[in-house]
Amino acid sequence: MPGTLPELFAAWFAAQGWSPRPHQLAMLDAARAGESILLIAPTGGGKTLAGFLPSLAALAESPSERLHTLYISPLKALATDIARNLMRPVEDMGLPIRIETRTGDTPANRRARQKLVPPQLLLTTPESLAVLLSSPDAPLFFGGLACVVMDEVHALAGTKRGDQLALGVSRLRILAPGLRCVGLSATVAHPRAIEAFVGASRTIAVADGAPPSISMMLPEGELSWAGHMGLEAAAQIMARIADAGMTIVFVNTRAQAELMFQALWKINDSTLPIALHHGSLEIGQRRKVEAAMSEGRLRGVVATSSLDLGIDWGGVDQVIQVGAPKGVSRLLQRVGRSNHRMDEASRAILVPANRFEVLECEAAIIGVAARELDGDSPRPGGLDVLAQHLLGLACSAPFLPDEVYTEIVTAAPYAALSRKDFDDVLAYVEHGGYALAAYEQWRKLFRDSEGRLHVRSARIATQHRMNIGTIVEAPLLKVRLVSGRGRIGPILGELEEYFAGLLSPGDTFMFAGRLLKFLRIHEMAVECQEGGTGDPMVPAYEGGRMPLTTNLADGVRALLQNFGRYDVLPEQVADWLRMQRAVSRMPGRDDLLVETFPRNDRWYLVAYCFEGRNAHQTLGMLITKRMERYGMAPLGFVATDYVLGIWSAHQPHDIARLFEQDMLGDDLESWLAESSMLKRTFRNVAVIAGLIQRNHPGGEKTRKAVTVNSDLIYNVLRQHQPDHILLRAARADAATGLIDVGRIAGMLARVKGRIVHMVLSRVSPLAVPVLLEIGRESVRSGDSEETLLAEAEAIVAEATSEQQPAWSQQEMPLHAGVRRR
Amino acid sequence: MTAAPIHIAGERLMLDPSGVLIWPAAGLLAVSDLHLEKGTAFARRGMLLPPWDTQATLDRLTVLLRRWKPKIVVALGDSFHDRGGASRLPAGELDRLNRITEACRFIWVLGNHDPTPPSGVGGESVEEFSIGPFTFRHEAIPGAAPGEIVGHHHPKALIPARGTAVSRPCFVTDARRVMMPAFGAYTGGLDVRDPAIARLFPRGGRVFLLGKDRLFSFAMGRDFQFKSTSS
Repeated sequence: MPGTLPELFAAWFAAQGWSPRPHQLAMLDAARAGESILLIAPTGGGKTLAGFLPSLAALAESPSERLHTLYISPLKALATDIARNLMRPVEDMGLPIRIETRTGDTPANRRARQKLVPPQLLLTTPESLAVLLSSPDAPLFFGGLACVVMDEVHALAGTKRGDQLALGVSRLRILAPGLRCVGLSATVAHPRAIEAFVGASRTIAVADGAPPSISMMLPEGELSWAGHMGLEAAAQIMARIADAGMTIVFVNTRAQAELMFQALWKINDSTLPIALHHGSLEIGQRRKVEAAMSEGRLRGVVATSSLDLGIDWGGVDQVIQVGAPKGVSRLLQRVGRSNHRMDEASRAILVPANRFEVLECEAAIIGVAARELDGDSPRPGGLDVLAQHLLGLACSAPFLPDEVYTEIVTAAPYAALSRKDFDDVLAYVEHGGYALAAYEQWRKLFRDSEGRLHVRSARIATQHRMNIGTIVEAPLLKVRLVSGRGRIGPILGELEEYFAGLLSPGDTFMFAGRLLKFLRIHEMAVECQEGGTGDPMVPAYEGGRMPLTTNLADGVRALLQNFGRYDVLPEQVADWLRMQRAVSRMPGRDDLLVETFPRNDRWYLVAYCFEGRNAHQTLGMLITKRMERYGMAPLGFVATDYVLGIWSAHQPHDIARLFEQDMLGDDLESWLAESSMLKRTFRNVAVIAGLIQRNHPGGEKTRKAVTVNSDLIYNVLRQHQPDHILLRAARADAATGLIDVGRIAGMLARVKGRIVHMVLSRVSPLAVPVLLEIGRESVRSGDSEETLLAEAEAIVAEATSEQQPAWSQQEMPLHAGVRRR
Repeated sequence: MTAAPIHIAGERLMLDPSGVLIWPAAGLLAVSDLHLEKGTAFARRGMLLPPWDTQATLDRLTVLLRRWKPKIVVALGDSFHDRGGASRLPAGELDRLNRITEACRFIWVLGNHDPTPPSGVGGESVEEFSIGPFTFRHEAIPGAAPGEIVGHHHPKALIPARGTAVSRPCFVTDARRVMMPAFGAYTGGLDVRDPAIARLFPRGGRVFLLGKDRLFSFAMGRDFQFKSTSS
């Protein structure tokens, strides 16, 4: 049956001079049949309207006073923007529909009113949905719900926010039987997984528009051998900005954004309006930039992933990506930012920052042309998110564990959840789940005679609602300007606490596009003044870098192997690769090339793994541990996205043994236990699972308050109950995230018996970049903090050439304290 | 374990890398901010932290008491996380604590978290404890006479190193005063640059960061205002 628009709607479309698109009609049909659908369409395809059209039509036909459609977006701003856009057809056609948003920013009185008089269309975020579901009146509020629209669902699936959303929707299906779910997604690598996430019975895919036109722009002069900032190209980028209407210059890290913005500003002779946009800037500042963009008042914006998603600004004419794109899907998303009209090609320019990045850019361009999308396949849902959800359910109404388990496994990320894991998580929520039954009297949940779980007190419920959410920020300090006379000025944004710890009064640092002089830390804020002299520091941010995706890594490897294609590469790069072939060899597609060579008085080992920086760092830790054991005296290592470089006092030998798969056993365990990465992961898990609470009723945390330290809890828990559910959750997170064990395991299995060891007399051309990285990257050897502290102490002693002071350390015999009397 | 000697009020004190202070001449060991039963205190408020904190804290303390064999032990206040802490001690830990308090002269200096003597536990309770040139009290008094040994603030220091920074609990000392790090298993810390601590050391001083086998020492207000060497 060919879909048709209801008359009223057909007239409205006609008045706009539009005709409905086939997928919009198909969505209407699917809705009439009660089907859940995943709609995959490129940007500019009228996706959002397609998602809402069935709800508008249904409400036009049979008006209702209850909540009919829930729209969930990853961004508050997107929810607000969509609400605004939907108002127009609704008002034009005079439909009896109220549209409202509900996010963390919604004032309490409006939230209360929404409960009493719900809008028909509510636009919200996964977090606000979780808060609504934890309320006792959730069954009433959602009882009449007919449809859930999940926007940008590809950006949520596979994340903890996605886990939370999937759990929320599994509950909505119970509260509103017959609920229809709609997912809106950009083109993705794993459409089946997204379909399952949405719970859709089928997918409607809209063909992509004109293929984007992507080109590469090399900095003038010699191509850099290492480094990631790409500042050499600033003049050329400036020229491109001057030539186009509106340009987004995408970079990969916030530090790079600050530096690129400064570099452009220095040569901005005609003072073009150029702005800076990244996730640490104060929110009001970011909104101003976005508004200026949409009003066409800007010519250029230097941005990080903070502009990857979000509302459609229209008039972006070109996208310049500085530095390697790190993934085909990510590149496409950014490229799609230019030109939101489907039938015209988006234009993008890639600016590689070094030789390896030339290869990566080339591989990405090939990948885009071949539509080889990448992205991780879905991982199991986080147990910490499940813990948060279970407590939320109990806050809403008492529940039977058997029923809830059946409900949970309908959420795609938890489809494979074992009953044991479920029970362990539930036990954690009830009483901590500790082997030592210490908290009987302070249980959070208690069971009644029928086995239903109740929340112990209203206070626990209130506390829980204040702590809902899965985004855990590193400890942050506000950055505040202070005038010369000490008057308090505006907040510029936020900095990670550890960076603030590196600053001394008088230091200059770069933030929000300004040079700032650090004054002091005062009441959770970094106070600073405009200006400052000397070499500025640039804040780095944890987790700021995306590792190379597996697909793109394969692409780079293939490019290296494809000797015939070297001609299409820039001459300098082609020469470089030919030289490598002459003196060593190329990394193969399925083998692992390892080169060793002496240089000065050290030995170097370079392994061309192409598994991304996170995996290489872990591998570096594990292999140096082994080398230590074999007496090769490793001195340090450096990891890039492409290779791992290790230097040692003695010549590395028996390379196959160094790369044995069994390193992922005890060695990994013992390193992980002490690793700061696992501690950081544990902190996030502990916060999400509610072990550590961010907010207390009636209490603002102050800097002075001595709170619990997650590292200390980690230590105690690991010592007494190493298999506790939260430690298991942290290990699972780390394995897929920061330490990327999955990719290492895959590689070690793949290259077993295929390690090609080249013993060279000197550094090979391909190894030069990694040698140059040494000294730029922070290199940590195996023994962590103690070594760093000893080194810092020695440096200070040397710098201040102190006489052996009175407090100097000396060996004391045990029991000296008392026996000497 | 290498302890570091310092000299205050003409006496030699030893700082142990585990975070206790020893006055060898008197056979005295001081430990600060044990915060026993912090786990159950949080559990009452809905945070079910791992319940082994008292056990972990007393395990570490027991090792140190065996090593130093003190005649006098001074617990420098905030020994229990709250007033009811002592009454919530698990039976086994209560026994162990009583064996400790019987084996030596044990002095509970009262703190803000535990302003009343712990019930059912041995030892003497005092507001402050003076012996020889030293006064042991929980919270420092600005301008106090030399020889003040205090806890309360849980000092920690952040040392820049290779583009990152290492944060550890620490002792803070100048010629007049020693501020001790918190010893309890779940005790966080306050940066020594915070005015609450810094104003107590107006002429600067040294910090001694706790380490696995030794202390790491830096001059306050000088060494760790140094420029980071690598960033």
